[in-house]
Amino acid sequence: MPPVEQQYAIETDNLMLGYDNQPIVNNINIQIKPGEFIGILGANGSGKSTFLRSVLGLLKPLAGKILVLGSSPQRGNIKIGYMPQMRNQMSVANLTSRAIMEASLDGTEYGIPFLSATKKATVQNALELVKATVYADRPFQQLSGGERQRIFLAQALLNNPQILLLDEPLANLDPHYQETFMELLYTVQQNLHATILFTAHDANPLLGIMNRVLYFAQGKVAIGKTDEVITSEKLTSLYGTPIEVVNFKNRLFVLGEGRHIYGQEAHHHV
Amino acid sequence: MFNSITNLFAYEFMQHAFIAGTLAAILAGLVGYFVIIRNLSFAAHALGHIGFAGASGALLLGLAPITGQFILTVFAAVGMGILGERINRMDMAIGIILSFCLGLGTLFLFLYNGYAGQATIILFGNLLGVSHHDLQLMTWLIIISLVVMSIITKRLLFTSIEPVLAEAKGISLFWMSIIFVIILATAVTLASQVVGVILVFTLLIGPAAIAIQWTQRFWTGISLSVLLAVIIVWLGISLSYCTDWPISFWISGLVFGLYVLNSLIKR
Repeated sequence: MPPVEQQYAIETDNLMLGYDNQPIVNNINIQIKPGEFIGILGANGSGKSTFLRSVLGLLKPLAGKILVLGSSPQRGNIKIGYMPQMRNQMSVANLTSRAIMEASLDGTEYGIPFLSATKKATVQNALELVKATVYADRPFQQLSGGERQRIFLAQALLNNPQILLLDEPLANLDPHYQETFMELLYTVQQNLHATILFTAHDANPLLGIMNRVLYFAQGKVAIGKTDEVITSEKLTSLYGTPIEVVNFKNRLFVLGEGRHIYGQEAHHHV
Repeated sequence: MFNSITNLFAYEFMQHAFIAGTLAAILAGLVGYFVIIRNLSFAAHALGHIGFAGASGALLLGLAPITGQFILTVFAAVGMGILGERINRMDMAIGIILSFCLGLGTLFLFLYNGYAGQATIILFGNLLGVSHHDLQLMTWLIIISLVVMSIITKRLLFTSIEPVLAEAKGISLFWMSIIFVIILATAVTLASQVVGVILVFTLLIGPAAIAIQWTQRFWTGISLSVLLAVIIVWLGISLSYCTDWPISFWISGLVFGLYVLNSLIKR
């Protein structure tokens, strides 16, 4: 008998998240279908990463409920691929990208790290998927920002995840690398059919590729199509302060009181 | 003044020195690799100094110095492990604690009043004076350390290079850190039998630091680290035997020379 197909990849019911009983975001009611590409937007500290942590099972809800692939989130679920935010403090290990990936592939097991041929092939496949085989055997530290992000993406893809969580993969990337990364991700999704949750500061790189937007602001969330959520009315009610969304040459600019909202919003939380 | 190499193994104390030195070097090479990729060099250095109070305190209590040193170092290491990531922002606190431990050690030796040379022995090592009891304890410590290492290496490597990811995959960073610092305390205790508490850094960090610069894979890196540590200790003992100069000088000198050479080539 085939397994019962879950209706939703991720489902929440009045979810409240925060640390030390201090809520950061409240009343999250969302249903994400398998294979959807969700762009998670909002300022620093608005709860984007917190939400990802809750999907990973690293953070228990303060209230409400969250179901991931039909059950409560469990730490170490191999059906979830995770790409953390760009590490600011990289290890001094001087290892090649391939060695780092091999270490993470069986990093949850016990014993001495000797990799079987099957596992080596798994690493090779992930590297091929992100087209990174050329520099996989060079020391990771010598790679450019764009190349590193590809390796991190390959690492997240190692166990053929059903859900892929990407935390700010475009941060610190030049516009050119942002574009190639998005193209790559699009190709990967065509092959993998995973549900993707992608956090970002700027909606624009995601416009052509995401199915829906999950917007975090002022402890609240809004979800919907881009043209339903990133509008002056919706964001004004979400932020509780006048916001203007300007569409200029198919690029969206979110302005609050004449200033770019992300820069302004960051102040509240620092 | 040069004795022939054939006499090197003629005396029991020389055999003991080679066995103890090799055991300590193997563990130092293995553990040193992880000390570097986990950014724990300063903690390793501090643990050596803290052990001084343990070793001299043990003398006062009538125990073998190595026993007291091991116990206090493990306690201090667990304390550091509990602090975890925060340890790297606590240079001041560690510096003050390790100085205090040196001070305490001085007091213990003053109160012990037995043998003036003990301070030098603990501080700078006395590989030629390794007793049968020391050797037994060292053998047990290294066997236990190697067994534990062989069980946790995969997880240790993963948490060392990708802590955020490892945590998300369900590995407890806290327990991994605690287990590792206990092994580190063991390695520090063994290394200080060879080079003394002051010079632990040279044996624990030197070979691994050089090995990591020359290798890009885990196995080559850790093997080279162990190999270098063992060769340096053997050379150090042999040179000391030939020249009568202290082993600690030769070992720290060899590490220094290799490091300078390595920096020049890598430039």
